[in-house]
Amino acid sequence: MTLLSLLPTLILIVALFAVTMLVALYSTFAERKVAAFLQDRVGPNRAGPGGIFQPLADGVKFFMKEEVIPVASNKFLFVLGPCIAIMCALMTGIVVPWGDTLTLFGASIPLQIVDLDIGILYVFAVVSVGVYGIMIGGWASNNKFSLMGAIRASSQIISYEISMGLSIVALLLVTGTMSLHEIVTQQHGMHWNIFYQPLGFLLFLICAFAETNRTPFDLPECETELVGGYHTEYSSMKLGFYLFSEYINMFISGAIMATLFFGGYNFPFMDNLLQATGSQNLVTIIGTAFLFLKIFFFIFFFMWVRWTIPRFRYDQLMNLGWKGLIPLGIFNVVATAVGLLFFRN
Amino acid sequence: MLTSAFYFIAFVTIFFAIMVVVSKNPIHSVLYLVLTFFCISANYIFMLDATFVGMVNVIVYAGAIMVLFLYVLMMMNLNAIAEQKRSVLFKISAAVTGGMLLLVLVAALKDANLQIQGSALEAEQRIGSIKVLGYVLYSKYQLPFEVASILFLVAMIGAVVLGKKDNSTKTIGIEPVK
Repeated sequence: MTLLSLLPTLILIVALFAVTMLVALYSTFAERKVAAFLQDRVGPNRAGPGGIFQPLADGVKFFMKEEVIPVASNKFLFVLGPCIAIMCALMTGIVVPWGDTLTLFGASIPLQIVDLDIGILYVFAVVSVGVYGIMIGGWASNNKFSLMGAIRASSQIISYEISMGLSIVALLLVTGTMSLHEIVTQQHGMHWNIFYQPLGFLLFLICAFAETNRTPFDLPECETELVGGYHTEYSSMKLGFYLFSEYINMFISGAIMATLFFGGYNFPFMDNLLQATGSQNLVTIIGTAFLFLKIFFFIFFFMWVRWTIPRFRYDQLMNLGWKGLIPLGIFNVVATAVGLLFFRN
Repeated sequence: MLTSAFYFIAFVTIFFAIMVVVSKNPIHSVLYLVLTFFCISANYIFMLDATFVGMVNVIVYAGAIMVLFLYVLMMMNLNAIAEQKRSVLFKISAAVTGGMLLLVLVAALKDANLQIQGSALEAEQRIGSIKVLGYVLYSKYQLPFEVASILFLVAMIGAVVLGKKDNSTKTIGIEPVK
């Protein structure tokens, strides 16, 4: 493998990193604007026209703040916690197919960094490891509130991973492959999985809220009970990393949901456009734009729910997970299997 | 190339495994165990080309079981001082038991044949791919697979039974607990 053949992949990795960071940066701004809209306020409007530079100001502020590491904490693990959180958040994006193939200078480049034949499992593995960031950080802070937040995060994510896995099992029965690229290709021509797996999508969506620690499931950082939850002791950019990883997770889970259930980069009348213009590159670029539209809708949905629905109590969260979602997930798997047995042929 | 990579991964794996036993703080032990599982997964993925098994290992062991270990340890808030002193006899017996387990595992896997005999479908596939694994698991090893599933079911029901406390005799004030 020569260096030149690696170049497109390298460019894609850097571009993905930049886009993820940019989307996360402006998600913080969008969150405040959406909150302001839903509460009939104006929101941040001082930095730049319409407050457009607010995220930059926030970022500079994070970097300039004094960095406090508690004396009684475990210093190495205290620093490691936010590192794991943001690393795992950034790692998932590489298996997502961000678009069809681009043809540049005679070479066709797929807009996906790596197409693993176990794509979904990779995402799942990285997500399940991501909880260590919260757990290690919460424990290393040596603070009762942080520890409570860490313990809540771990049990919550473990519980909801099960129903998330069950919803994916039902989806895999339909698709017959774990490769995200193939799943997207199968959905070409409005055969979106949402039509075949509506219950599976609902389960996945609810679990995505729990996995990203978003309201109504943000018990690990529940400020009415736990001060700041697992990041009580964190300050400066280390706190910034924790908050940032939440927004990156939102972006990635939006991308995964769009890919698995909403056709990824497929859009209506795709073939007609390809026939009319004859340009694959144009279709690819529009497809990527559509994928981002879907993702932005999901990000907006996350925010919409956050500012509409109050937080669950912890026992309610556990009851919903174990007594509501897991039986529903098992029912969905069985129903899908039976349906496939009778109707596929 | 592959051999040196194997030696490197194996060395790192064993190093972390030793750190699990040696480190004083139980939380550190668990974190080293997580790293050990990652290294074992790396072995699966790079040496055997078994990406599925490697990923499932990360999900199940590193992502779920170890999180629960960590959860319990954090709940109990153990530290180095609280650790009990163990007698020499205890340590010797632990070493002997572990050594015997190692012996059994080596003896069982010594003659293991990694080539799959069978139909042409398997021959053209990579040994570790999901297709081959699923095919072999649901044809040749179907009975052991199902027996193992029943074993898991029994363990699950057993855990629920043990976890359910008998509250019939307890009271809060004068009200019996429901």
